[in-house]
Amino acid sequence: MRDPLNSKVRAIKPSGIRKFFDIVKEIDGAISLGVGEPDFDTPWHIREEGIYALERGKTFYTSNAGLLELREEIAKYLERRQGLSYDFKNEILVTIGGSEAIDAALRAMLDAGDEVLIPEPCYVSYVPCVTLADGVPVTIDLKEENSFKLTREELLGAITDKTKILIMPFPNNPTGGIMTREDLEAIADVIIEKDLFVISDEIYSELTYGRDHVSIASLPGMKERTIVINGFSKSYAMTGWRLGYACGPEAILKQMTKIHQFAIMCAPTTSQCAAIEALRNGDEDVLRMREAYDERRRYLVTRLNEMGFHTFEPEGAFYVFPSIKHTGMTSDEFATALLKEEKVAVVPGTAFGDCGEGFLRISYAYSIENLKTALDRIERFMKNHEYSAS
Amino acid sequence: MREKILHAIAKNSKISAKDLAMMLGSTEEEIKKEIQAMEDEHIICGYPTLINWDFDEKERVTAIIEVKVTPQRGRGFDKIAERIYRFDEVSAVYLVSGGFDLAIIVEGRSMREIAGFVSDKLAPLEAVLSTSTNFILKKYKENGMPLVGEVRDDERELITP
Repeated sequence: MRDPLNSKVRAIKPSGIRKFFDIVKEIDGAISLGVGEPDFDTPWHIREEGIYALERGKTFYTSNAGLLELREEIAKYLERRQGLSYDFKNEILVTIGGSEAIDAALRAMLDAGDEVLIPEPCYVSYVPCVTLADGVPVTIDLKEENSFKLTREELLGAITDKTKILIMPFPNNPTGGIMTREDLEAIADVIIEKDLFVISDEIYSELTYGRDHVSIASLPGMKERTIVINGFSKSYAMTGWRLGYACGPEAILKQMTKIHQFAIMCAPTTSQCAAIEALRNGDEDVLRMREAYDERRRYLVTRLNEMGFHTFEPEGAFYVFPSIKHTGMTSDEFATALLKEEKVAVVPGTAFGDCGEGFLRISYAYSIENLKTALDRIERFMKNHEYSAS
Repeated sequence: MREKILHAIAKNSKISAKDLAMMLGSTEEEIKKEIQAMEDEHIICGYPTLINWDFDEKERVTAIIEVKVTPQRGRGFDKIAERIYRFDEVSAVYLVSGGFDLAIIVEGRSMREIAGFVSDKLAPLEAVLSTSTNFILKKYKENGMPLVGEVRDDERELITP
């Protein structure tokens, strides 16, 4: 028989997340701090709107780009929250989560051999999606001493003649790092001068602590070269609804819509109806959840530092990324030992790029009670191994 | 800070001052001081526990009683409200707008006990014009907490990106 597989697909490494998940599954009664989704239920008024949509028989396809009413609400929301202005008829595409938007944007923009800059540690799908779109992923190792921000020097150092796109994953999963307006301004002129495009994954835009998120598209000259990706999963606790969106220049969105049309047809209608309600009446839910995450964030960082971890203070998303370098163990060794000895599952930093070595990702999408139990066990683990402060 | 403490302990009054301090970015001493001050000022009035009393076969009855009363010159409804809320059987008294004046919640061991309270103590009060007793058949939610339905496990996958 001939080889049924595509060589490009086969060459993609299985994700570190998957590998670790398989280990965790085997441990009975493990407590996990390893999830990348909110612990909150979708607010009831939003779910109720989904139910109502089904009752009314909203069971048909929508237009390819998504319900016009939803796109209009998305445009209003982006204007209200981030001062971005998009023409909802031509510059917004509703997708199956942010993930599909990332994939479609890369496929719409890349020719074979084009290089895509990907700051790491980051979400696991950028590198494979670039590869699948025939692009060449070029990773940039972000440094803890720079608060895991992308600096002008790092960007300049990675650009070649073939560089076409820069992926901007902020607020960042797994580090919790953010880019402030000043941080963005420091790189924007490089992007313009080198004629690059940006795919800005802003899925955690509502989860920043202490200051509001700034979209790179809101900087002068950036909107015409940026695809903003966002969605409902994190801000409204709607992961299972699979709903996100992309906004950007009409010429790019038109091609993305073409890909979406042939691969997907349209995002789920029930989810789209519920999302309209989320944008219209969900501001308070977002605030309530953000405050809960913020309390947990402070609790987690304080306790981890007390235990002798050196913990970068995250300003966004719902993860902390403590260093374990002082233990002398690798991320994999530490996470595996912690799981075996104390039955607590955290994700090794290496799952998010090689430069995640020496770090762990701990999620705080858990109640304080759960965090407390897990942290007590981590504390015992540190004591048993006599790891002192770094 | 006070409002933040109150929101946190309204959800869980058992939380320690140390944990609260970490969550709210304060110190344990500061939290203890604020809580003590709020207890003294009667902002925090108590720490009761939310119990689902339906755990056994023992009968317990709750009734919401709508009461029409005559307000008293100079004291409005306060005097009669006080005469009612001083009864141990009464767990809550509200002055309400609408078709009646006071909504009161009464708890007892049986319907007969509550009927006795209404006929012997509540209705004979001079200012009480009429009462209408509504027995509670089932409690679904109290203090923002659902009392029915099973406890849900974390249904999320253990590890996700």
